[in-house]
Amino acid sequence: MRPERTVDVLIVGAGPAGLAAAAGLAAAGVGRVEVLEREERAGGVPRHCHHGGFGARTFAGLTGPGTSGPRYARARVDAALRAGASVRTGVTATGWAGPLTLDTTSPRGLERLTARAVVLATGARERPRAARLVPGSRAAGVYTTGELQQAVHLYGQHIGTRAVVVGAEPVAYAALDTLRRAGVEVAAQVTAESRHRATPWRAAESRLRYGVPLLTGAAVTELVGRGRVSAVGVRHRTGLLAQLSCDTVVFTGDFVPDHELARRGGVSLAPGTRGPAIDADFRTDIPGVFAVGNVAHAVEPAGAVAAEGWRAAVSVRRYLLSGRWPSVVRGV
Amino acid sequence: MSGAGTPGTGAGAPGTGGPGRVTRTGALPPAPTAPRSGPTPTSASAHEPYDVTVIGAGVVGTAIARELARHRLRIAVVEAADDVGEGTSKANTAILHTGFDAVPGSLEARLVREGQRRLAAYAAECGIPVERVGALLVAWDEEQLAALPALRSKAGRNGYDRTVLLDAAELRAREPHLGPGALGALEVPDESIICPWTTPLAYATQAVRSGVDLHLNCRLTDAGPAAPGAGPRTLTTSRGELRTRYLVNAAGLHADTVDRMLGHDTFTVTPRRGQLIVFDKLARGLVDHILLPVPTALGKGVLVAPTVYGNVLLGPTAEDLDDKRATGTTADGLACLRARGARILPALLDEDVTAAYAGLRAATEDDDYRIAPWPDQRYVTVGGIRSTGLTASMAIAAHVTGLLADCGLDLGEPGDLAPVTMPHLGERFPRPYQRADLIAADPAYGTLVCHCERVTRGEIRDALTSTVPPVSVDGLRRRTRARGGRCQGFSCGAAVRALLEGHDRLETR
Repeated sequence: MRPERTVDVLIVGAGPAGLAAAAGLAAAGVGRVEVLEREERAGGVPRHCHHGGFGARTFAGLTGPGTSGPRYARARVDAALRAGASVRTGVTATGWAGPLTLDTTSPRGLERLTARAVVLATGARERPRAARLVPGSRAAGVYTTGELQQAVHLYGQHIGTRAVVVGAEPVAYAALDTLRRAGVEVAAQVTAESRHRATPWRAAESRLRYGVPLLTGAAVTELVGRGRVSAVGVRHRTGLLAQLSCDTVVFTGDFVPDHELARRGGVSLAPGTRGPAIDADFRTDIPGVFAVGNVAHAVEPAGAVAAEGWRAAVSVRRYLLSGRWPSVVRGV
Repeated sequence: MSGAGTPGTGAGAPGTGGPGRVTRTGALPPAPTAPRSGPTPTSASAHEPYDVTVIGAGVVGTAIARELARHRLRIAVVEAADDVGEGTSKANTAILHTGFDAVPGSLEARLVREGQRRLAAYAAECGIPVERVGALLVAWDEEQLAALPALRSKAGRNGYDRTVLLDAAELRAREPHLGPGALGALEVPDESIICPWTTPLAYATQAVRSGVDLHLNCRLTDAGPAAPGAGPRTLTTSRGELRTRYLVNAAGLHADTVDRMLGHDTFTVTPRRGQLIVFDKLARGLVDHILLPVPTALGKGVLVAPTVYGNVLLGPTAEDLDDKRATGTTADGLACLRARGARILPALLDEDVTAAYAGLRAATEDDDYRIAPWPDQRYVTVGGIRSTGLTASMAIAAHVTGLLADCGLDLGEPGDLAPVTMPHLGERFPRPYQRADLIAADPAYGTLVCHCERVTRGEIRDALTSTVPPVSVDGLRRRTRARGGRCQGFSCGAAVRALLEGHDRLETR
């Protein structure tokens, strides 16, 4: 029923890590290297990050401006294709049919792909409101940065008029950029931590140039609103309670690995990250199955996980040549 | 049929006269000039009244409309919300009960027992997901253990004799992930899980296709006086007036308010809030049965149950409130549920939460349903339908139809409704993304939009063009599961919204 096919290396996820691994492997001439991407466009999260800084190089202590996410994503896809990898979009790996065999669904039908090695590069996602157990109303107007960026940059959707941004990691500042671009006023940025986690320049620009107040030591206790969000309840560590009125709330950061495929394949997880447990060579405890990028350690910038992808390519190639797998994989 | 202006009764073939209307905006259109299934009326008039109007499009109201649609009647359903099942129906524990623990001899006990059989058969016929997973009433202390035999005999008095007492070892063999300290259980093999969203939608779909008018966004503000004789009364709604000969109050949480509009002050609905937490599919392997608490003097307690979508449900709390709109969760409620869940199924708490929500059950001061005919007013109250309403819905509908006849409604002979097939949202059968035949015929079924729940563009398109289409992201989720998974829209939210709003081809980069 399901057509079956064999490839040399199957990479799940065409984000920066998966594409770099694909480029490295294809360039090394390991045979057929196929990347499966469930979205209609390859490139991963940078696809919808319109801020700059992607692929920025640091030299003598100075960091260059880099490029925008979509540009960076296209360049990574092109690099993988040029190296000879096959990047298939709109193809979802739905489950395992064997230790190195994956079932897929795409508009062209169902397939069963067996590889000599499988690389899981499924990335990470921001923990949404429900998983954070933020109580209150289930009103509309609640986003993660990922959804917000896609809504604004890929679909041009209307967002709202006044937002509260939860979190102060670098991604929160990306969310602020996107909100500004969408014409949404920002009531406040709140974080339970005592300070922001972005570069001092980013944080200062946000506060001073754009006038976004940063409330530190403040936890979101409740969402208020019927149909649409009307306010966010916050509690300061001093016990002070306040409601910030807004019609949009963006939960940023707090990344968690997209580990479903790893778990369905019986790959052991690292207790700290809940991503697949891997050793220094990106090997999981299932022989032939590697994991690379933010699925293994949410979350690092695109350039860092692309570098991992290149290193993983070396490990995968070594495994294809030697066939050796350690009996016990120790996490790093 | 009293004064409907059509010749004859009984020869009706419901469903052959064209579908009813689903309206959400604008002034209410006049009632159709004749029963849709009947021949050309002899006295056509734009001001013909409806024969029966049902207030409320929850699982009970839609079931009643569907049952009435088997007869040659002009029927309207009037609903304040913008979708069916928007009140209590959408936020419950999604269990198809056997009625083993009902109050023996009560109306609820009878209707749950009968409704369970009817709905199980109906679900099989139209593709409403049901799984007979069975329930275990788990005893965690000696007092609860001692209560099990009495529950078993109570089940017997409710006509259910398939319960089995299990000792601790037998229980653990069935549920190895149970927390330490479980002493035994009463097994109820026929308790099932069901899709609470598809059920009212199936009723509404079949009703509308059989000629029922469904008026949404339409809040009843005044029920008017009953006209003398068989004349119609005029209902005032937020979207204008509507005339009807008979009236059914299936307003759920607001059934007491509607009842007072009719001059009755016999019960008060006290919303009982139940908060629930839904865990991700990766938790499904932890539990095979509905794990019920043993009811004690302190209340019914918290259950853990699989869902037909492959999730695990933890809840509900039981908080009596005054505010019929208090459907928010609370920090205390969620913390309490997690503490209870940690005892029942400790590994559950390591899994991702995909949703936390609260539903309001329509509790009254009475311990039974409040279903009462008022023949002088040609009016039937259907109140106090609590969490068992989903199970009992079809039996309630049959019962209410009988009461309408007692109030003078000429039903004629019922006909058969054209069957409906609902999209199967459950995990028990292959979903569209797993079906080569469907994808070959239409590649849209191979195009995944929501990755966590594996919902395809084809399924979303089908929902948007269905008989009772959604108008919100939540309505679309209840019809397809799109956006209902662990990422809550991180990956697909914008794409799903674009499909809903009809701008799905804007992605340019």
